[in-house]
Amino acid sequence: MAAPELLSDEGYRADGRRPAELRKVRARMGVFAQADGSAYIEQGNTKALAVVYGPHEMRGSRSKALPDRALVNCQYSMATFSTGERRRRPHGDRQAGELALQLKQTFEAAILTRLYPRSQIDIYVQILQADGGNYCACVNAATLAVMDAGIPMRDYVCASAAGLAEDTPLADLSGPEEAAGGPRLVLALLPASGQIALLQLSARLHQERLEAVLEAAGRACRALHAVLDRVVRQRLQEVTALLGD
Amino acid sequence: MKATPLSNCERRFLLRAVEERKRLDGRQCYDYRNVRISFGADYGCCIVELGKTRVLAQVSCELVPPKPNRPTEGILFFNLELSPMAAPGFEPGRQSELLVKLNRLIERCLRNSKCIDTESLCVVAGEKVWQIRLDLHLLNHDGNIIDAASIAGIVALCHFRRPDVSVQGEEVTVYTPEERDPVPLSIHHMPICVSFAFFQQGTYLLVDPSEREERVMDGLLVIAMNKHHEICTIQSSGGIMLVKDQVLRCSKITAVKVAEITELIQKALENDQKVRKEGGKFGFAESIPNQKITTFKMESAAVDTNNVEEQAEEIITKADPPSEVFAKPILHTPGTAQIGEGIENSWGDLEESEREEAAEEEGESEAAAFECQKMETEDTSTMRETKKDEPIVLSDSEEEEVVILEPQELPKKTRTQTNLKQENTSKKAFNKRRRKKRAAH
Repeated sequence: MAAPELLSDEGYRADGRRPAELRKVRARMGVFAQADGSAYIEQGNTKALAVVYGPHEMRGSRSKALPDRALVNCQYSMATFSTGERRRRPHGDRQAGELALQLKQTFEAAILTRLYPRSQIDIYVQILQADGGNYCACVNAATLAVMDAGIPMRDYVCASAAGLAEDTPLADLSGPEEAAGGPRLVLALLPASGQIALLQLSARLHQERLEAVLEAAGRACRALHAVLDRVVRQRLQEVTALLGD
Repeated sequence: MKATPLSNCERRFLLRAVEERKRLDGRQCYDYRNVRISFGADYGCCIVELGKTRVLAQVSCELVPPKPNRPTEGILFFNLELSPMAAPGFEPGRQSELLVKLNRLIERCLRNSKCIDTESLCVVAGEKVWQIRLDLHLLNHDGNIIDAASIAGIVALCHFRRPDVSVQGEEVTVYTPEERDPVPLSIHHMPICVSFAFFQQGTYLLVDPSEREERVMDGLLVIAMNKHHEICTIQSSGGIMLVKDQVLRCSKITAVKVAEITELIQKALENDQKVRKEGGKFGFAESIPNQKITTFKMESAAVDTNNVEEQAEEIITKADPPSEVFAKPILHTPGTAQIGEGIENSWGDLEESEREEAAEEEGESEAAAFECQKMETEDTSTMRETKKDEPIVLSDSEEEEVVILEPQELPKKTRTQTNLKQENTSKKAFNKRRRKKRAAH
């Protein structure tokens, strides 16, 4: 059984996109009324939901409170119906733990935590449908949710995955492309300054190709930033219209 | 047990040292510590020492039914454990963030990079495959666990031999090591992790951070590469903001380091192979007489003494000439004592509160010996005359002038001097001059 080709002869990928093209992004903010901030994002077939509570007083152990900044608490879970086969454990396994840690690391760098000492910000993300780019969809949804909650951040955090098909870097990998086993680079970027909040690579990639793949992921993040910015401004217009200004 | 927190002055000291590109153990910014690999008696057991960080790796295998969605592939299982013997902060049975992070890194480095051929581990498709289990135990934590663990893991996997199997129709025969020689695993390449510690928001970079440097660093970047310049995994952690150029620079440094380490590993494997073939003794027990793994050896550091004399002469010519010597009596008010400063300490002799300082040119030992004699012969309650105009009083009080009440009651002890000069100066100036005289000597 031959593995499906990542890139056809005409230069099209399996789902008809060009190598540098992103999947269609649809996002909404303010999905839940109860949470301080919430957002829902669809990137192709991947659907992610993010909810933010905070900043509020430390729940649980007060001793973990940081005296000069806020603690960011993240939880990542995948719904049992999100993958092809039913998942037994929505959260608590090692992979979910690692992704939660990475989310925490990303947002601790981006949120201005020094403004809220001794308090806690909770970010909960849930994957409703997993089709490649789970972590990236989570980061993008969480960015929108944090903005919806009104928590100040240094910049948008946009994340995208990039891969390689022979010599061409591919941006925004879908599920089958990730499962094919090629190299996969996940990048979380602050677009204005170009600083990298998180960088993760799995599977083998030759050192000389690293720059090209990094560049492709960076461009995808910037394109995503434009889309997210539009969503935020639209939401702002809606809210001010409702308030009757 | 909670780990002792790092004090602020130590933190400041380490950060200042990093700014001046100096490290506590004298390494350069891009230098690795010494890597030592020793093998156990069984195949697949090894201990790797990276400086003082020690990791024990053990590989074992078992015949099991395969996973349903991958019937022709063997199963790999990796496990890293942090035992409390490594550091007081590690507790057994508690899954800390560090443990999750390290385990996922090891898995990605060794499993996702496909360094082991899992198809070759299949015995009967769909029924029996080999399950290879790699257990890593941290024995001592002195920084950079991930590098040591990745080296230990790949060395153990290369060293391991699984029993030979033959399949006849439905029957599977597993041969013991005595019947047929065990077979090594088929390893495509050797991924090695290299860690970079970032300080000051990415301005300063250190390779192979030690435990102290890890405590004060801003963040960590781990790059795993093999000797063919293929990057197997990159992981940034700790909340630092990186720039693309830094990542590319780190990957170039990694290529150099990985080449060195891979060579070392291959030499170690060859040595062990040779020793076993020639029938020599092998295993951890053999390392004991050589003191390879049982003790921490103090490593001697090379000191450059080429131009010490010139440097010393330069310092002497540039320094001020020693000033005149003034001998002063030093009075201790009741309740103060003197330690060091060339005089025998009076810590236990709070009753005898007066001394006189000898002229140092005459030789302190002479005076000290003389004073010893004097002490023995003196009675603490007798009074002595001073030959000075004004005694210098050493006391804990911070008043400008010390008024000695009832001076007649204080026992005085004098040391007869051969060269006495009388001068009235403050105690501070006297001490300063004493220190300068010492430097000149």
